[in-house]
Amino acid sequence: MIPGTRSRAIVILGAGIATLLSGCSGSQSALNPAGSAADLIARLWWPTLVVASLVTMLVLALLLVAIFRAHKKGAALPLSARQSRNLVIACGIILPLAATIPFALSSFSIGREIDAPLPDGALTVEVVGKLWWWEVHYLDETGGRIATTANEIHIPVNEPVRFLLKSDNVIHSFWVPNLQGKTDMMPGRTNVTSVTANQPGIYRGQCAEYCGTQHALMAFLLVAEEPEAFEAWLEGQRQPAMEPATAQEMLGREVFLNEDCADCHAIRGTSAEGQDGPDLTHIASRRTLAAATTPNRIGHLGGWITDPQHIKPGNQMPSTELSPANLQALLSYLGSLE
Amino acid sequence: MTLHKAAEQRDIIDSPEETAHLARTWYSPRGFPGWFTQVNQRMIGKRFIITAFIFFLLAGILGLLMRLQLAAPEQQLLGPELYNQFFTMHGTVMMFFFAIPVMEGVAIYIVPLMVGTRDMAFPRLNAFGYYVYLIGGIVLFGSLLLGMAPNAGWFNYVPLAGKLYSPGYGVDVWTTMITFIEVSALTAAVELIVTILRMRAPGMSLNRMPLFVWAALVMSFMIVFAMPAVIVSSTLLILDRLVDTQFFIVESGGEPLLWQHLFWYFGHPEVYIILVPALGMISTIIITFTGRPIFGYTALVLSVVAIGFVSFGLWVHHMFTTGLPQLGMSFFTAASAMIAIPSGVQIFCWIASLWGAKIRFHTPMLWVLGFFAIFVIGGLTGVMVASIPFDTQVHDTFFVVAHFHYVLIGGAVFPLIGAVYYWWPKIIGRMMNETAGKWSFWLAFIGFNITFFPMHQLGLEGMPRRIYTYADEMGWGDLNMLATIGALVLAVGFGITLVNAIWSVSRGRPAGTNPWNAPTLEWATESPPASYNFRHIPVVESRWPLWDWQRQDERRVVTGLRNDRREVVLTSVLDASPVGVQVLPGPSIWPFASAVAASTGFIGIIFHPIFFVIGFFLVFFSLVAWFWPRRPWRND
Repeated sequence: MIPGTRSRAIVILGAGIATLLSGCSGSQSALNPAGSAADLIARLWWPTLVVASLVTMLVLALLLVAIFRAHKKGAALPLSARQSRNLVIACGIILPLAATIPFALSSFSIGREIDAPLPDGALTVEVVGKLWWWEVHYLDETGGRIATTANEIHIPVNEPVRFLLKSDNVIHSFWVPNLQGKTDMMPGRTNVTSVTANQPGIYRGQCAEYCGTQHALMAFLLVAEEPEAFEAWLEGQRQPAMEPATAQEMLGREVFLNEDCADCHAIRGTSAEGQDGPDLTHIASRRTLAAATTPNRIGHLGGWITDPQHIKPGNQMPSTELSPANLQALLSYLGSLE
Repeated sequence: MTLHKAAEQRDIIDSPEETAHLARTWYSPRGFPGWFTQVNQRMIGKRFIITAFIFFLLAGILGLLMRLQLAAPEQQLLGPELYNQFFTMHGTVMMFFFAIPVMEGVAIYIVPLMVGTRDMAFPRLNAFGYYVYLIGGIVLFGSLLLGMAPNAGWFNYVPLAGKLYSPGYGVDVWTTMITFIEVSALTAAVELIVTILRMRAPGMSLNRMPLFVWAALVMSFMIVFAMPAVIVSSTLLILDRLVDTQFFIVESGGEPLLWQHLFWYFGHPEVYIILVPALGMISTIIITFTGRPIFGYTALVLSVVAIGFVSFGLWVHHMFTTGLPQLGMSFFTAASAMIAIPSGVQIFCWIASLWGAKIRFHTPMLWVLGFFAIFVIGGLTGVMVASIPFDTQVHDTFFVVAHFHYVLIGGAVFPLIGAVYYWWPKIIGRMMNETAGKWSFWLAFIGFNITFFPMHQLGLEGMPRRIYTYADEMGWGDLNMLATIGALVLAVGFGITLVNAIWSVSRGRPAGTNPWNAPTLEWATESPPASYNFRHIPVVESRWPLWDWQRQDERRVVTGLRNDRREVVLTSVLDASPVGVQVLPGPSIWPFASAVAASTGFIGIIFHPIFFVIGFFLVFFSLVAWFWPRRPWRND
């Protein structure tokens, strides 16, 4: 990689995330819980930290006493065999048992609580790990897909949501630290986890199992919103793409369908049905591009289409050569897909 | 063969001609051609140690480069491809090419001296193990220089490590070289087990065995039971990659979790394989520098044995996020927490031994005291990650990076460096510099904590492992910068020891036989030991033979061993009563030739199947030459 080209990528990356997360510090932190599971785990963590600190201090204090006891005296001051035995039994056996048994028990009970079965009618979202982005399907009660999007998941706040986690390539791991611990996406299996957000907000999730070249830039946003807002959003996502309203947008759609774009991307309501890349039916409604790597603005989108390897080296999207007019048209078309 | 009081027979046995004859019998050929034929345990052990530290240095440099890349957000030092190769190599080399071989190397060098014998049980196999290790390490590092290094991580999960997602030779090289190192580890383990169980000095019954020898014995048994799992898994993977078997291919009914089970069934005991010999080193150093018997010998032995057993029941705690059933995983939580008990027993046996002792604070002792502070923290975070819910938050984050560096550097590398300072005078015959040793310790101790302590926080703040960059707004920049500064300090600390070791070879103060006033047998012979290790095989009457000998005037030794061939005493397993004499083989080129032949085959098949046939015949012929019957009894 030539340094000059990467520097541009990095500037875009930096600027992008800056605007995304400004005023949103701690949006990817296990210490800042906003979901039921993360909250339970944080409540396990803090007492554990206190006990662990006390144990560390106790051991080190005993060690210091042990080694400095005879330091200034003329003679050694050893423990008797009986005292030594009592020390080993009290601190080497009873102390670890006293510390780990309550810890293990509360860990089991928290684990059961997190894993409790969901109500039957819970909203179900299927997330498929891709190289290196996230495909998101909303399912109806029968498991049929009612809407498809990518890299941005909306859920209603205060409602447990079932996530079906899959992968059709390598292993990924689905993790939103503020809401829930991670669950791997194993090829050939469907892992299930539930997420309950207790506060509305935009939380960042990131792939937590090393999955190849761009593991570092495989993130997503999870938007927890009020149920009404969520319903409205989902209704919007169910619709096919909007028809072009202007000649410019009409041209943009032609460009999309005639260039290579449609080989990999789908826009529902058009003849574009590619399955390799993210579904772009409502791309303009999303906050980010390239798996939460850059903000979704027209300039970034243009940069991403013409030279995606600068922004995310090694990703699977090829560069597309377009005349300036065609690029402008394509951008206005994609920008209209609310 | 009879046991004699040395005083009675000294004049007869120690005639200079006899001693010279014995030295000739055990002589190791020198010079360039000679280098490929040496089989004496001290030569092989020293090579293992030096080679392993070279890999430590190289992998450490990779680690520093990664730290520089992560020092600030959006850095451009390393791109994703290079970074991914670097962390794969850093982990692989540290675990497979540094940690295990260096522990084996120390054991190969020290154990025969500690148990009072003249070589390992199978000297040529020992040499073979070293050459396999050396070739494996050179090929693996060579792949990095050629830009075709593996990049699927040190645990090399499938399907990412499969042919579809990792085309090219990188993972093939990884898989083959891992098998090499495991073969090398298995040869060393078998050697150590036989040497320890059958070649101890007369009188060194099991309950008088030095604690380091116990640790080496437990390590060796763990290697024997753990390594085959990774040989199987990497063989299945190389078959998938080279001849299109489908063990891990999901579409054909293969199972990626199979890899994880096999890998971690090896991989978790691996951590303890590295830790256990370090525990033995700690006991050894504490005994010497407190100058009195350790408290709780039996408890310490049982703890090490218990750790060895329990470590085979922990592997699933690396897989808590894979979606396995909760109840089943809970057993692994309990087992993982259970490790706290033998660890606690050991730590407090040591504290009881240190309590009120007149401790001599020489450099080896400092590294051991540093171990306590670091290892306790690493052990406690280990208990934390044994909790399934907590692990789902910190698994594969920098919290875990912090945890295992606390355990591995604090638990194994610190005692190891202490052991280097402790045994270097025996190996080289000269002391390392104390002042430099203390500087080295303090810089490493402070640098280590500055590097790795902030990583706990980073992990909790959501920073995953194995990412080559992160955005400024994630807020991870400051702590990463701190960690990088710490890493530089740590590197300087270790660097001082490196310079100190090299300096001492020519400039160090002559060590004498027993510079630390230690109680174990390796200090009963010259430093460095003569080619035959011991002029007379000693007879042992307690756990602290050298301290006994200071109190009593005379010492009992074995006489009657012949000087004109490599004879060692065999003793019984439990009581170490003498049962026979074994004749060991001398220098030979065939272990080297066999290692080259086997490597030709294994490395060749990555590129063309014909090498399987070539390798087969080369190995066949070199083994025939190796095992061509010699008749040591011909002259009887």
